[in-house]
Amino acid sequence: MKTEKTHLPPKWAERVLEWYCRPGVLEDLQGDLHEFFDRNLENKGPFRAKVNYVIDVVKFMRPYTVKKLEILDNITTFIMFKNYFKTSIRSIGRNKLFSAINVIGLAISMSVCLLMISFLSEVFSYDNFHVDKDRMYRIMTSNQFLQEDPSDFASTSVLVGKRLQEEVPGIESSVIMRRNFGGDAKIGDKTIPISGIWAGEGFFDVFKAFPLIQGNPETALKEPYSIVLTEEAAVKLFGDEDPMGKIIQLRSENSYTVTGIVQKPPHNSHFTFETLGSFITYENERKKNSTGNYWISWNDIWSNYVYMVLEPNTSASQVNAALKAIQDEENAKNDRVNNYVKLQSIGAIMPGPDLSNNIGKSMNTSILWLLSGLTFIVILCAGFNYTNLSIARSLRRAKEVGVRKVVGASRKQVFSQFIVEAIIISLISLVFATLLFYVIKPEFLNLDGEIQEVAKIQTTPTLFIYFFVFSIVIGIMAGFFPAVFLSKLKAVKVLKDAGSTTLFKKINMRKVLIVVQFTLSLAFIISATIGYRQYKYALAFDLGFKTENVLNVRLSGNDANTVANAFRSIPEVTEISKSLMIPSIGNRYGNTLKYDDPMDSVTLYYNIIDENYIPLMDHDLVAGTNFESRPEQEKEEVIIVNEQVLKRFNIGTPDEAIGKQIQLGGGTNGNKVRIIGVVKDFHYAKISDGIKSFGFRYRPGEYDYLNLKINTNDIVGTMDKLKSAWLDIDDVHEFSAMFYDERIERAYSEFSVMFTIVGFLAFITISLAALGLLGMAVYTAETRLKEISIRKVLGATEGSLIKLLARGFMWLLIIAALIAVPATYFLFDSVVLAQSVNRISIGIIELMSGVVVIFAIGFLTIGSQTLKAAKSNPAETLRTE
Amino acid sequence: MKGTNLGEFEELVLLTIAALMEEAYSVSICDEIERITERKIKLGVVHSVLNRLEKKGYVQSHLGEATKVRGGRRKRFFTVTHAGKATLHKVKEQRDQLWNLIPEFTMKLV
Repeated sequence: MKTEKTHLPPKWAERVLEWYCRPGVLEDLQGDLHEFFDRNLENKGPFRAKVNYVIDVVKFMRPYTVKKLEILDNITTFIMFKNYFKTSIRSIGRNKLFSAINVIGLAISMSVCLLMISFLSEVFSYDNFHVDKDRMYRIMTSNQFLQEDPSDFASTSVLVGKRLQEEVPGIESSVIMRRNFGGDAKIGDKTIPISGIWAGEGFFDVFKAFPLIQGNPETALKEPYSIVLTEEAAVKLFGDEDPMGKIIQLRSENSYTVTGIVQKPPHNSHFTFETLGSFITYENERKKNSTGNYWISWNDIWSNYVYMVLEPNTSASQVNAALKAIQDEENAKNDRVNNYVKLQSIGAIMPGPDLSNNIGKSMNTSILWLLSGLTFIVILCAGFNYTNLSIARSLRRAKEVGVRKVVGASRKQVFSQFIVEAIIISLISLVFATLLFYVIKPEFLNLDGEIQEVAKIQTTPTLFIYFFVFSIVIGIMAGFFPAVFLSKLKAVKVLKDAGSTTLFKKINMRKVLIVVQFTLSLAFIISATIGYRQYKYALAFDLGFKTENVLNVRLSGNDANTVANAFRSIPEVTEISKSLMIPSIGNRYGNTLKYDDPMDSVTLYYNIIDENYIPLMDHDLVAGTNFESRPEQEKEEVIIVNEQVLKRFNIGTPDEAIGKQIQLGGGTNGNKVRIIGVVKDFHYAKISDGIKSFGFRYRPGEYDYLNLKINTNDIVGTMDKLKSAWLDIDDVHEFSAMFYDERIERAYSEFSVMFTIVGFLAFITISLAALGLLGMAVYTAETRLKEISIRKVLGATEGSLIKLLARGFMWLLIIAALIAVPATYFLFDSVVLAQSVNRISIGIIELMSGVVVIFAIGFLTIGSQTLKAAKSNPAETLRTE
Repeated sequence: MKGTNLGEFEELVLLTIAALMEEAYSVSICDEIERITERKIKLGVVHSVLNRLEKKGYVQSHLGEATKVRGGRRKRFFTVTHAGKATLHKVKEQRDQLWNLIPEFTMKLV
């Protein structure tokens, strides 16, 4: 008898039977089959028994056992659709306030979602136009100095590209590219600045989606001093003339021949170019110069890019393995720096990981996740509103459901009726949302230059299809719970004692939803407040030097002294200094620095300045002296360092450090310099980064910027004067100047963008939550109107009635606050701001301001409705009883 | 004439139900016919015949008590309805009439 218990008919066969069999026949048929199964088990053994069971299950598929086809049901639903539509429209029209709350809420949040959908679809369309995009890869590099954290680069070395082309099998085509081709192009006596990239021979084999309009793709980039122009560039340089074969003087008067005209890369390519210079030119020039072989070494990974198309039967892991072999071999030759190379699929570039030295646009995947997450929360809140109000009002619809069920509607049909209603609401909202979408679209694009560069958000027909599908999905999601709830109602119960609230006992979910909504709104407000405060803090932060009224002018390749002399004649310019770069806005230049121990080195971040810079910027010299003016100098001899350098190498007090020798640059070509001054620590990078070793170097001739101290009341007039002075010297490049404070503001734009977006979303969620609360308050007041009237007749005061009605809601708000405040505090304190060195401390004001706002809004909404109910004349409401 | 006609196998099943009385359900009917006719009877055939008889109104069915065997499923017991009984009688009468017409010696040759 034991075998009977261990052996059971196959589960899946039973399930098949359950699936097709009519419920009336199912049970005894199952029983019969089971009995035969047991019999077979004894006579023929478990295997035969199971096989027979399966055969029987199949054999019993007969007309009288099989369920009625469901298509019939579906047809009924379809026929009923007209009715559903009509009742839905009537119900929407009957409850104007609730419908309006739902439509407004959904429309506002949907407009944000539409924006997000169009943004995402654009970002994900990047590089989709490439032929063979599934087989297209580039090499990315992870650079590790000693045991420090490696940093990831989009660029790589020329060497790995060369070795890939020579040694690795399975590559269909590949190309080595390099940034920073271009400069001032001279054609006849015209000078026009152009930009571009160096590209190897294989460029047009890899990027087949960049077709040549004129010229031969095989040879266009083969010869040295070849240049390929985009159509725009050709028009810019040559106007209507045929550019093919024309000569362009470029980069120290070298003559480049135009060998091709290429179509302009589309907007959604992760890199674009104006011109392409043949890479062989760069190679030849480097070989001619005796500056060494660094450019082709394993460690020069800063500006070169290697793209390839794999053969169809080659996998990325095969190539990765080959690259690893090369990498191990090369890394073995280096003792300090390790470079790890691997393939990155072209589809994973944009959006993709956060890489340094990108060749073009990039968008961090985590930002996209963050944005979509926030948007999702907003739509969730609007959906909650719908769900909440619909369930609350379902008391009134219960009778309708009861009648429908009595007449013969199945649960499924009632369900689909309410889903249809939700979808109708959602489609109406879509119309308004689309209008709103056009309003907020330009606002979003203007938020940040980066967004504008990445996305254009053009509305295409496909986008509208997405919108439509999206709104239907939203409708289904929002309508799901009410539909389930209403379709579950028992006809008899509803019709017997409709109005009895016992039916609606279990809908505590409403309260949960309200709490979730307010928790999210609170979290949003608090985040926005903290973001805003951090932004203001960064702007007002004492960087350690003065940036007021300092105008930075980009030299664009002009001689610093010439420009400085021209500006000096303008009276509003009180001081002028020169520098290589502008610190504190995020850029850094670095070099290796050593002291006594040749094995101990550190990265020295530096700026090259002249003798006027330190006084102009009001840097605090702790010890020693400023640079002295020396027009030309053969060798760099002196340096001014910050206090961190002294700490790092234990050089002692600032005064002791004066005169000490330190070595700049690693290896044999290091240069010993003498410390002549120590400057107080200041924030040369962004304030979220700490302060490390920094030095001011003095190398006349290596300046990129002029720093002008301006003293004027008429900024526009002064700028005009400066501009005309600039044009006298250089009519090719634009006058590019920006006030230091503005530059800093821009450097911290991520904060401003963050708090703008979060603030906007906070505003929306609060509005939604308030709308929802309003709906609930109106509903409660309405349903309890009689109760209120009776209480009033019996002597309750208005105040006590308000308290009675509002108490429940206020409790929900308090719970929401208790969840949101600690959660947001934790999020910012230990996650978002945790890595920032200089940050605001999150105080009571930041945390409580949001709570106060929410409570004020909540109280106003509830209070107004309850007051209305409490003030109503009992005689009016009770008369009909 | 689907409503009134009774096929050979249908008659057999109907008679078996009547014979088994309280214990007539698909499997026992199947076994009983097998025992009497010494034919191999498929459950599926019995099942569909029972279904047909029920449609014609010759049998009635009800579900019995759940037991531990058969995976806990209840049995569907069948009883012959009045119409069923009448039809059985009618069939028997027809057969008897025909039997009476046959001269005795013809049969003896068999």
